[in-house]
Amino acid sequence: MSTIENVSRRGFLTGGIIAAGALVLGVRYYRNHLAGDELPHDTNADHATFRPAVYLGIDRDGTVWIVAHRSEMGTTIRTSLPLVLADELDADWNRVKIEQAIGDKRYGDQNTDGSHSVRSFYAAMREAGATARFMLIQAAAEKWAVPATECRTDLHTVVHPPSNRKADYGDLASAASKLSVPKKEDLKFKSKKEWRYVGKGAPSYDLAALVTGKAVFGMDARVDGMVYASVEHPPVLGGQVKSFDEKEALRVAGVRQVLPIDPFKPPPAFQPLGGVAVIADNTWAAFQGRKKLNITWENGPNETYDSGAYKKELVETSRKPGKIVRGAGDVDAAFAKGGKTLEADYYVPLLAHASMEPMVALAEFKNGKLTAWAPTQNPQAVQDIVSRELGIPKEDVICHVTLLGGGFGRKSKPDYVAEAAVLSKKVGRPVKVVWTREDDIKFDYYNAVAAMYLKASLGADGRPTAWLQRSVFPPITSIFDVNAVYGDTPHLQQGWTDMPYDLQNFRIENGPAKAHVRIGWLRSVANIYHAFGVQCFTDELAHAAGRDSLDYLLDLIGQPRIIDFKGVDYPNYGASFASYPWDTGRLRRVTEIVAEKSGWGKRKLTKGSGVGIAAHRSFLTYVATVVEVQVDDHGHVRIPRVDMALDAGVVVNPEATRAQFEGAAVFGTSIVRSGEITASKGAINQSNFQDYPVARINEVPEQTNVHIVDSDDPPAGVGEPGVPPFVAAFCNAIYAATGKRVRDLPISKYGLS
Amino acid sequence: MIQLNVNGEQRSFDGDPEMPLLWYLRDVLGLTGTKFGCGVALCGACTVHADGQATRSCIVRMRDLAGKNITTIEGLERNGMHPVQKAWMQINVPQCGYCQVGQMMQAAALLQSKKNPSDRDIDDAMSGNICRCGTYGRIRAAIKAAAEEMA
Repeated sequence: MSTIENVSRRGFLTGGIIAAGALVLGVRYYRNHLAGDELPHDTNADHATFRPAVYLGIDRDGTVWIVAHRSEMGTTIRTSLPLVLADELDADWNRVKIEQAIGDKRYGDQNTDGSHSVRSFYAAMREAGATARFMLIQAAAEKWAVPATECRTDLHTVVHPPSNRKADYGDLASAASKLSVPKKEDLKFKSKKEWRYVGKGAPSYDLAALVTGKAVFGMDARVDGMVYASVEHPPVLGGQVKSFDEKEALRVAGVRQVLPIDPFKPPPAFQPLGGVAVIADNTWAAFQGRKKLNITWENGPNETYDSGAYKKELVETSRKPGKIVRGAGDVDAAFAKGGKTLEADYYVPLLAHASMEPMVALAEFKNGKLTAWAPTQNPQAVQDIVSRELGIPKEDVICHVTLLGGGFGRKSKPDYVAEAAVLSKKVGRPVKVVWTREDDIKFDYYNAVAAMYLKASLGADGRPTAWLQRSVFPPITSIFDVNAVYGDTPHLQQGWTDMPYDLQNFRIENGPAKAHVRIGWLRSVANIYHAFGVQCFTDELAHAAGRDSLDYLLDLIGQPRIIDFKGVDYPNYGASFASYPWDTGRLRRVTEIVAEKSGWGKRKLTKGSGVGIAAHRSFLTYVATVVEVQVDDHGHVRIPRVDMALDAGVVVNPEATRAQFEGAAVFGTSIVRSGEITASKGAINQSNFQDYPVARINEVPEQTNVHIVDSDDPPAGVGEPGVPPFVAAFCNAIYAATGKRVRDLPISKYGLS
Repeated sequence: MIQLNVNGEQRSFDGDPEMPLLWYLRDVLGLTGTKFGCGVALCGACTVHADGQATRSCIVRMRDLAGKNITTIEGLERNGMHPVQKAWMQINVPQCGYCQVGQMMQAAALLQSKKNPSDRDIDDAMSGNICRCGTYGRIRAAIKAAAEEMA
């Protein structure tokens, strides 16, 4: 439910942007546990608050201020959500100014993850805009002494057609600010045909700043008197400093201080990792000083972790019965009947985020308060962890959110901001902590390594008479609970619990795995490995059955139906089933569209070429992907063409959405070609782009066609859903081209590059 | 004391001659348009022009820059925007945008030497510049658009 208050006379103004007398609307929403809605099972604190707040101010000169409370990391969310508000307000986009919110719970959830910014705040933005428009019309009507019903708006003006009068929003702002806020049921929302911006989109609000180098990322934040810090972290998770010698480091020109940072108390959550910090006059001096530190480490129990041995353990576990998450019929009886049976082990290693901007944060502790400037996806988590680390109230932690030089989930975890805060308190000055690329790769919260075991028996028609899928991965919950080993519901749901096929006998299981590194969300998260396992195994079955991959996939998806999750722990990404049912018809439709658009079965393929297909729903969006590859005699893989069809409900910003899916294909290319983090004696082996390569311009799809389904369904996610089906379709295409079935990523393991 | 020219202004530097140009630009001069991405010339985020050549500022040392003319994004075009910047806007290239300054500096240098670059030329010139958001298709299109404008 929501409440709206006219807060013109309160001190809610951010940054002094709004002149006195301006109309300010605070729209406050509270998490809505709908009656009859079994949701949500997701108890993650960052998802738990569903009370977005929108601040809208209209100045007397007609400037419309919209506060963006979500973090901009390249998805264009800082533009797209304000567009929704501006549309209902009927505002002139050229007169809109966007301000970035600080971290504050009055804005509701600010954790910009899970591809849910538009989904969660679309209604709130519309309501805020419609409310303001209602009040501006009322103000004009009173001014002209005419019925409000005779007035309407037209691009930043209220007009009264019978008398041909009109007034700019700026001229009405003061009068509107004195009116009481209308009830929600009295609001009039625009019809789809009246939309100016939603569905048409706009370029990023920051575009000019980005191409001129003026945009301020976390790396670019500066305040007077600041010093720079670089931190040597324990190489093994949970390790600590036994001893260190600061003498050599202090001799480096520009180095001011060497300071130890306490190790975290398990579980790690978002605490600083601990280690030794070098404080210097510039970043370079801090890096140089760090090289001279002579540290002896106590590595702790994770010292025995070896990713090779760990992989064997995961695979063994995946072969044993696990916890049942969902099922139907009698799988064991069906398997016992024999027939053609296939088994496969699928594996995806740990993956690092490698955002182009490494972790960085500037923090200033002064007069008992901490101010941070940080590229964070979650400024309220910054408040939480800094408050705990420094022992000050949350309200005394002010987190300014800069632009993010990529996030991909890594910057939802503010350990690096906490590090800057702790150091600023110790140093007594503003401190900017700069992680090197090596720090970024070695001290990530990695996407979980996963082993999956799949088994199916085929009937005479080639359809599975029984289907078993079992995944094993160290859960993200392990960073909050040292004993967590089973997959948690919010991540099992990601392409595993909701295997969508229309099958008589199936069973979905999960086995235990203990984490030895920090596990965290990475773009698409568990969907990456789950879609890889399910969609590639489907392709294996199609070939075993002698069927066309597309026909077989459509056959398994079955006729359009709503999947019944009664009695199943399936949180549907925190969304209601009423608004976001799992509709196999929509998955079917995108599959049919991508097949048609890509010319499936009709394209002439040359020697070494192959096409693969995959379909997957994640973050409530339905996506199907066709990838064409060409593999030469040396095993070099080109990607001449990719087609993607997506149904994300209402799409606010189509151009930005296309860009997200183009980018998803590149992100997926990195995963398939080269994504692999390994560890020896508990320490990560990779360090920079030479041993954790990501895709370059000459390695990516040469053409990516994104087909957006026109839909009136409520908006779903667009940042993440493109990745999972791309990975699977890419590997299926490699099989079609080479006969090599990729079950173990990355493809370098198969002599492919 | 090292004398060099940055964006048309004479500068002198008397700090650690081993310091890479990147940190001089960012931390000393406050020219933060040039980005730190990897520190070892593997990603191209720090690309600037040194005497017109695309250069990875994270590895070139101050001691090697005496008498050089350095151009950063802040000095790429004094009046308005360079054709690559215009093309970057027209094609909506940036997502997060962090790597794009380096991409544009690399592209501008490419277009200095090749007026009408082929796809192969673009691959050769641009494959040292990583974009993790995956804007490569648009980068390619924008380079071609800029080449047309400059023709």
